[in-house]
Amino acid sequence: MSEAYGLLIEPFASFGFMRTALVACMALALTNGPIGTLLLLRRMSLEGDVLSHAVMPGAALGFLYAGYSFAALSFGGFVTGALVAGSAGFVARLHPKRQEASLAAFYLLSLAVGVMIVSARGSNVDLMHVLFGTVLAVDMRGLLFIATVSSVTLLVLAVIYRPLAVDSFDPTFLRSVGVGGGVFRGIFLTAVVLNLVASFQAFGTLLAIGPMLLPAAAALCWTERIWPTIALNVVIGMTADYAGLLTSYYANLPSGPAIVFASGIIYGISLIGAGRMRRRVSRAMEGDSR
Amino acid sequence: MMNFLKSPWRRPLSTSAAKAPEIAASACGSRLPHSLQPGERTYSTLDVPETMGVELKDVSVAYGARLAVTGITGRFAPASLTAIVGPNGAGKSSLLKAIAGILPLSSGTIRSAGGSKCDVAYLPQQVDIERTFPVSVGELVALGAWRSFGAFRRPPDAVFDRVAEAAAGAGLEGLLDRPVESLSVGEFQRALFGRLLLQDAPVFLLDEPFAAVDERTTEDLLRVVLHWHEAGRTVIAVLHDLDQVRAHFPTALLLARSCIGWGDTASVVTEENLARARNTLRGSTKGPVLA
Repeated sequence: MSEAYGLLIEPFASFGFMRTALVACMALALTNGPIGTLLLLRRMSLEGDVLSHAVMPGAALGFLYAGYSFAALSFGGFVTGALVAGSAGFVARLHPKRQEASLAAFYLLSLAVGVMIVSARGSNVDLMHVLFGTVLAVDMRGLLFIATVSSVTLLVLAVIYRPLAVDSFDPTFLRSVGVGGGVFRGIFLTAVVLNLVASFQAFGTLLAIGPMLLPAAAALCWTERIWPTIALNVVIGMTADYAGLLTSYYANLPSGPAIVFASGIIYGISLIGAGRMRRRVSRAMEGDSR
Repeated sequence: MMNFLKSPWRRPLSTSAAKAPEIAASACGSRLPHSLQPGERTYSTLDVPETMGVELKDVSVAYGARLAVTGITGRFAPASLTAIVGPNGAGKSSLLKAIAGILPLSSGTIRSAGGSKCDVAYLPQQVDIERTFPVSVGELVALGAWRSFGAFRRPPDAVFDRVAEAAAGAGLEGLLDRPVESLSVGEFQRALFGRLLLQDAPVFLLDEPFAAVDERTTEDLLRVVLHWHEAGRTVIAVLHDLDQVRAHFPTALLLARSCIGWGDTASVVTEENLARARNTLRGSTKGPVLA
């Protein structure tokens, strides 16, 4: 019993930075549940990827002017993220058949510009921090920011859930009853960008989308109903956070990548396990009907 | 047997229309004997003054950077049943979306029952719908009552009874809890018709209502469409099956990016006009670029 405690709980009990990191990741998991599920169901994982990279040039500019100032990094990241979210929609309308191409262009450009800006002033270590995050360096202010973003996001999503879901399913319907679906899409994209900014310090631009999409993909293996998916998504996200942090603690590995790796493993298990379960259920049902 | 026209929730379009029989009840097949002879229609357009049809004045609609249709002027008469036909890429769906308020007009005006904003029930093509999104048949049909709850309010309890009726009216009894992903193309089309039955607007806009749908479902759904017509609704449908159009749709609009013919089906859907429509489109493979 005490051995299990020492192994599983003790690292968090004795180190404040481990606790803060765990709470921060779990707060993020709460919003990544609904956001990731909706992103996948709307087939917008590529857009999410683009937005997570779009945060980088702004955050890099913030870094250029103010160094490691949390406010400057977040503000800059939000501005370029929102800018790309807006212009991606505009470009998509200009050239509707080549949407992926323009999205890929956005994401490559953002990455290139971001890396150039960071390298102009910072070291390789700074670059690694921007790209992969430093979840163990999240301080009280960072935690407060993450908690605020995730609370506001949850409230806003709860309010616009119905029109957003209808817009995801049948975008023509809202407009045919005189409601502009674009408003809700805009609010949703803003929430995505805000959460990517909040995840940025913990996971960096390259990995921020990971905790958003991987648990959602895993959850969608098990259930097709939306609320169970979101709930399972949150549970899987939190499990991966905990397992990833522990792994990084014992194996002395970077924690952001360890967390994303843990969600990846859960996704793999879900892919195989859910398929097996489905086959067993359908076999059992065949047996019943005989 | 349930009866859509007599149930209390239905917005009566006119006193005589309120007496109309079995509009949706017979939708699921041969439960009610019904003949589709024009002579049996019991009410004329005069009985439904609230519907003024749909008026188009010099309407142009853009798709991307090009014009899909240009310079359409004319009127879908109240209580008329019109088929929009034309070659692929003629702008049929774009025109329908413009009337539904989904696509903006590049120029011109559309006026309809409620003034400038159409009160319409629109049937999208199935490709425009994200079928894998986890929605149940009941939820899909319930959207038809959108105006009674909108984006934020709680749906009134009465809505749920009406949902069951509408689903049954479209031939989907007892399937309310099924996810739409598990439906066949025909069943899914029935569910969309259930939503339309619940919406029951003065104007119905149907984009290829019978595309890829099995024969039995086509028969049932066509019967629903003809009942809307009999009950005095203005019905506009984009269709491909010209035999079906000639057999059931009194008026037709032949499109080839502009209007080739609009009026009596027999005089509009002729071999000569169809050839003219094909040639018009062939002349310019893409619409004129917007200035």
